[in-house]
Amino acid sequence: MYDTERISINNINKVFYTNSSQITALKDISLSIGDGEFFCIVGPSGCGKTTLLRILAGLETASSGVTTIKSSQNDRPINSMVFQEQSVFPWMTVIDNVSYGLRMRGIPKKVRNEIAELYINMIGLRNFTHAYPSQLSGGMKQRVSVARAFANDPEVLLMDEPFGALDEQNRLILQQELLRIWEGTQKTTVFITHSIDEALCLGDRIMVMTAHPGMIKAIIDIDLPRPRDIATIRTSLYYNELFQTIWSILRDEVLSNKTSENTII
Amino acid sequence: MARQLNSALFIRVLSVLSPVTLLLLWEILARIHFIDVRLLSSPSLILQSFIPLLLSGELLFNTSVSVQRVLWGFLGGSIPGILLGISMGLSPVVRSAIEPMIAATYPIPKLALMPLILLIFGLGETSKIFTIAIGVFYLVVINTMAGVLNIDKIYLDVAKNFGADRKNFYLTVAFPGALPMIFAGLKLGMGMALILIVAAELSAAKAGIGWMIWRAYDMFDIEQMFVALITLSFLGYIFSLFLDRIEGWVLPWKQQV
Repeated sequence: MYDTERISINNINKVFYTNSSQITALKDISLSIGDGEFFCIVGPSGCGKTTLLRILAGLETASSGVTTIKSSQNDRPINSMVFQEQSVFPWMTVIDNVSYGLRMRGIPKKVRNEIAELYINMIGLRNFTHAYPSQLSGGMKQRVSVARAFANDPEVLLMDEPFGALDEQNRLILQQELLRIWEGTQKTTVFITHSIDEALCLGDRIMVMTAHPGMIKAIIDIDLPRPRDIATIRTSLYYNELFQTIWSILRDEVLSNKTSENTII
Repeated sequence: MARQLNSALFIRVLSVLSPVTLLLLWEILARIHFIDVRLLSSPSLILQSFIPLLLSGELLFNTSVSVQRVLWGFLGGSIPGILLGISMGLSPVVRSAIEPMIAATYPIPKLALMPLILLIFGLGETSKIFTIAIGVFYLVVINTMAGVLNIDKIYLDVAKNFGADRKNFYLTVAFPGALPMIFAGLKLGMGMALILIVAAELSAAKAGIGWMIWRAYDMFDIEQMFVALITLSFLGYIFSLFLDRIEGWVLPWKQQV
């Protein structure tokens, strides 16, 4: 489907040790993600999807296995992450938050502010350029977080349930905005979500994970044309069929996860 | 709306009225000889003592001597306190090396160190400034470290993910993130500095507000003692206003919370 590979993940295992036991969070994860692909990962909570993303981001190390993200230009950062919870710095204004990655790379203030302003306009926060996060709503803060990652212009965008904490209306708006910005840049994106709907609307492929230990259950292609409109997608027959397919895969996992939790208790 | 306005006005009037009432009561009790003016004086007697002290410049001179000691001691304690506190908060190695010493020496009353400090630094300004600096240092270092440790881990992840080096970890995350707690430490430290200045000027000082208090005690001049005490409380008030102003200026992002 894709000419060039951007991310390769080979035999990743991750084991967490506690005082009395060890927990296998990820088991034998191998996959390849193409350049410019929007790749979604869905799984029951606690299946290690966030751990996998943190390994890709370099924030955690795998117990075994290798991940590589191919670099196309030397001066381009490998990855930038959009975090699940509130992660914009409360002590920086919107523009300082958005230009943070550029500042860390030593790009002069004038240049980085120009780039940041571009993305601030794109997310519709022009009037809040010099506002502090405490003046913004939850949805606006998450937009800043998305803009911060895009402005850094990385090889790969890593998104860890970025809209999970938002209310439904805000989530819809942000999903559509993300699609619009992403379709303009075609950045390779790994997007984690617990929502099948979100994965279907955004992704080119969806990987479904098992729970305890986290393994690859299935990888499903989504053949929906781009540019996409979320409202139109949702009413299509194709969307409903895929939703059923994925849910039937996922339901077993969620249920088995529940029973295993019950037996532990 | 009108009721809200009335109650706001009432609260403002009350906050002015209650100290005035207290002063009035004090004066009346002194006039009817219910309290002993030789020990507790009265507002009018204190005012009579205050005016010549102010006009002769003696009060201003002693105040400025004490203020200088407090400021130097405050800076001398808080700057190392902030730097060390941030390092302790960021690095487990530094923390485990330094924290036991701080925990072990913190409970020593700083006044108990005065004789030792006098022996080391002599009777000059240094010993007084150093005493204040030590008292301020502990409060600032402990609060700064707690401030850094309390920074949400997500911000460290963000900094790491966006490629912050060690210097930028300090400048863009640890320092600004700990600033609210650093200010809490600075405010406590300022209170401590005012306590220590009086004690430090007890021994071997020739000027200062604390010295005025002790001289008044020697001369049994209760009025002068009260003048010095009131000046001290006024200084405390000015200092805290000053710190609040700086805090508002340095922490604009805390304003709208």
